[in-house]
Amino acid sequence: MPELRVKNLNITAILADLSQSFDFIVPAGNCLGVTGPSGIGKSVFLKALADMIPHEGEVFLDDTACQTIPAPQWRQQVTLLPAESQWWAETVGEHFSHFDAGFFNSLGFKEEVMDWQIAHLSSGEKQRLACIRVLMNQPQALLLDEPTANLDKENRLLVESTIAVYQTLNQIPIIWISHDQEQLARVCQSVLILSKHHYEIKNCTNKGVV
Amino acid sequence: MIELTPWDLLIASVLIILLAITSLVLQLNIAKQLVIAAIRNVIQLLLVGYILKLIFASNNLFLLALISMIMLLVAGYEINARQKYPLKRWTGFKIGTSALFLSSFTMAFMSLVVIISPTPWYTPQYAIPLLGMLLGNTMNGISLGMDKLNQSVYQQRLIIEQRLMLGQDYHEVIKDIRAESVRTGMIPIINSMAIAGIVSLPGMMTGQILSGTPPVEAVKYQILIFFLISAGTGFGIMLAVWMISKRLFDDRQRLNLEILQIKS
Repeated sequence: MPELRVKNLNITAILADLSQSFDFIVPAGNCLGVTGPSGIGKSVFLKALADMIPHEGEVFLDDTACQTIPAPQWRQQVTLLPAESQWWAETVGEHFSHFDAGFFNSLGFKEEVMDWQIAHLSSGEKQRLACIRVLMNQPQALLLDEPTANLDKENRLLVESTIAVYQTLNQIPIIWISHDQEQLARVCQSVLILSKHHYEIKNCTNKGVV
Repeated sequence: MIELTPWDLLIASVLIILLAITSLVLQLNIAKQLVIAAIRNVIQLLLVGYILKLIFASNNLFLLALISMIMLLVAGYEINARQKYPLKRWTGFKIGTSALFLSSFTMAFMSLVVIISPTPWYTPQYAIPLLGMLLGNTMNGISLGMDKLNQSVYQQRLIIEQRLMLGQDYHEVIKDIRAESVRTGMIPIINSMAIAGIVSLPGMMTGQILSGTPPVEAVKYQILIFFLISAGTGFGIMLAVWMISKRLFDDRQRLNLEILQIKS
């Protein structure tokens, strides 16, 4: 059961407004919400954890430090789901190794989705498919950047429950960016509130952040 | 062989002037470039005519090496001159020049020593035109391939990052773009091999025939040149594309567009 440990992480060199160093642990099976004003750098922060941008300090998955293993291997284990997903081939199916009925069905897709044209997908469909793509990668930790921003209420709950099932089954740590306080209260045990040169971590109950 | 007088060239230049005037009238914005290129052409070729005369007479290896270096450096510079998303000046020059050097010089050396074997092997009359054709064509190929590579990577940067996020290795991520770039660079030489003799008579062969070489002899040289140019261009492009695509990612396999000069 993996835990995600962030030690002295600093990204001032990329974002002058975030001069603070981050030190926290997301225990196995827990979810840490991240919230804060728009443009503060939440997405950049998540990119640093996936080792997609240069940073100081170190991130550990259990005892494995990010810098001690090849970057692709780290990203397979600590996978970032970006706010806007990208697709490089013509059809949906070309982006997946196979049709995993469990994941696809739980997010409301049948097997014919594999033949759909990427160009014809709605932003909501793309977001749900991107979520499936990440989960099928079998990550040991998840970094989610507003994974339900383009979804209606029904699909939002579908995504939340699909991720929750995967999380419970594999006891993975999750970091979840969201502007939706109710959603954070539903999915997180604690919330990291990000502001300029400062952050704090608060506990989360069913009633909201305390 | 019928020798051309200065008057003959003057008559031909009237055609260029007519074209420049027409394009001025039609506001096509190429008159200035055309005239400058034509004047450069005259000066450069006349100069090289006299320099070649000197070198042919001296038959000196060091003089040949010097002139080859100048040819290489100019071609290396020109590779980066008309790129849409050029590499940073020094990086581009280094990569372009080394890819050119490794491919063109190897091909020229090999063909001189193994195939044509004049005595001495560096006889300038063979070495310089051969190297020139190799450098010129390889330069075009590398330049086209590089342009395609840099442009594709820049335009697909979000897709590339997405694939890296999913844990794909950079070799896999850049594979298709690499293949496309090599293909783009190879199009001109493959085209000209395909149509040679049917649609166009290649320039070198035309020149030899005009100066009185029997057509079949000229054809044999032309085939040799085509093969050398194709191999030189192909290997040169691959070298350049591989060198650039390696530098487009840092040691943690992050997309590194810092090596490009982005014009915003």
